[in-house]
Amino acid sequence: MAEQPPRPHRREEAPTAGPALDERGTALMALLADRLATFQPQTAAVLDEVVVTVPRERLVEVLELLKGDEQLDFNYLRCLSVVDYKTYFEVVYHLWSLAKRHKAVVKVRVPYEDAKTPSVIPVYRGADWYEREGHDLFGLMFEGHPNLKPLLLYEGFDGYPGRKSFPFHEYNEW
Amino acid sequence: MSGDLTTTRPLDTLELMINMGPQHPSTHGVFRMVVWVDGERIVNMEPYIGYLHRGSEKLSEGELYNQVITLFDRLDYVSNFNNELTFCMAIEKLMGVQVPERAQYIRVIMCELNRIASHLLFYGTFGLDVGAMTPIMYGFRDRERIQSIFEAVSGARLMHNYFRVGGLRQDVPSDFRERMERLLPQLEQGVEECDQLLSYNEVFLARTRSIGVLTKEEAIAYGASGPVLRASGVPEDVRVSEPYSVYDRFDFNVPVGKKGDCWDRYYVRVEEMRESLKIIRQVLAQLPDGPIMAAGVRRIIRPPRGEVYVRTENPRGDFGVFLVSDGTDKPYRVKIRPPSFLNLQAMQAMMRNAYVADVVVILGSVDIVLGEVDR
Repeated sequence: MAEQPPRPHRREEAPTAGPALDERGTALMALLADRLATFQPQTAAVLDEVVVTVPRERLVEVLELLKGDEQLDFNYLRCLSVVDYKTYFEVVYHLWSLAKRHKAVVKVRVPYEDAKTPSVIPVYRGADWYEREGHDLFGLMFEGHPNLKPLLLYEGFDGYPGRKSFPFHEYNEW
Repeated sequence: MSGDLTTTRPLDTLELMINMGPQHPSTHGVFRMVVWVDGERIVNMEPYIGYLHRGSEKLSEGELYNQVITLFDRLDYVSNFNNELTFCMAIEKLMGVQVPERAQYIRVIMCELNRIASHLLFYGTFGLDVGAMTPIMYGFRDRERIQSIFEAVSGARLMHNYFRVGGLRQDVPSDFRERMERLLPQLEQGVEECDQLLSYNEVFLARTRSIGVLTKEEAIAYGASGPVLRASGVPEDVRVSEPYSVYDRFDFNVPVGKKGDCWDRYYVRVEEMRESLKIIRQVLAQLPDGPIMAAGVRRIIRPPRGEVYVRTENPRGDFGVFLVSDGTDKPYRVKIRPPSFLNLQAMQAMMRNAYVADVVVILGSVDIVLGEVDR
């Protein structure tokens, strides 16, 4: 599982996509910063989305607040993704409010050596299969999940194919 | 077996485990579920997926951006255009590419035709699920007409690979407008015929009304989307709630169900076909001339560093792509949010207290595509 050799023509100084928040996005960002002040979040704007990074110990509290607050009203979990950054994981929650029609992203950083994060099933029931998938493909422990059986892989599959270290593209066909 | 035959012992029903699939024609692919029944009632249901897991997300990390589009074709293999659109839009948003008007309009036509084709397939197979053999003939007759348009436009009936980052691979054929003018009345008539044939059939109503009810609260909690969510009474459609491409220029309704039963899920789709036809008529009337590819998009695409999440309204629901780019010619991470995945999850709630005879009807009403569920 060696580090991949650098790709040819790789540009080390690739530009970064800048923020492009509209008026509603700016207002939402201020509102989020206000409501989550006690959690000391890192708030940033990525393209047209507000991204809030919170400590994983307080994730469930934060999501409960976001879901319960009348003005925020994030009642719909759109997507839960796990991203492997080689030294840490990022668990990304894309939230949506069906009534208010606004969106936000909540992020949690999980170190490699302690790959655990609380399950959000108590807040969003639909996170069940997403978390099983994250456990399956990335070996991330979702603490409190009632049933972390393999979902996409078969029982007894060796390794975590979602991780960057999994040899997936280094095969010789011929 | 010796015993006193005259003593009467109360007969208890045993809880019975029934395995369905993965090789079963009514599971719409390789899907397995285990159903525990007490007599005729379902006590518990557990779905097993993953038989078609090809690792599309991980495969994408090893391909150039334009090569990934072919992988998206193979996710939801009955609504390929919609998948391609989502992925192309994600890169375009990251790069800030402005897609030419003509390309946007043609994309909308293709996506809406694809929606009708997908719903017609659902219509046919749902008929089979409840035991009606005729609907599939009508459904496939009209679907075939759409497929021939797809073939003329993209050169392929199924795996089109037609959308490109910044536009389209090629312009539509010169007789496209005439073909569409011929196709649309046929489709409009076809949809009405389909509706009259099945929707209010006595037997069909008995098999689908009040069966597999998914309440509004459950649908939202489980993250269901598309026709499943709308049938439960939530007027959520990404085309309206967060308009993408040029959808904000067209006038159409979002059909919503009342009870969230199988019939509502079916009828929302029939209504959606009518709305899609309405959209296509408007697009054709406004279709401008001009380039079909944005200027300045290179063959090898290198979007800036960053992450983007884009969602579109797939025939099955809210299809999302979360793309992380590290500035190279290959994506760093692609996460796909497949609508069927979440809708299938909600099926456990629909099956509660249902009869075992309705299992296939409920599964059919969710309209899953396993290529997308398993990725």
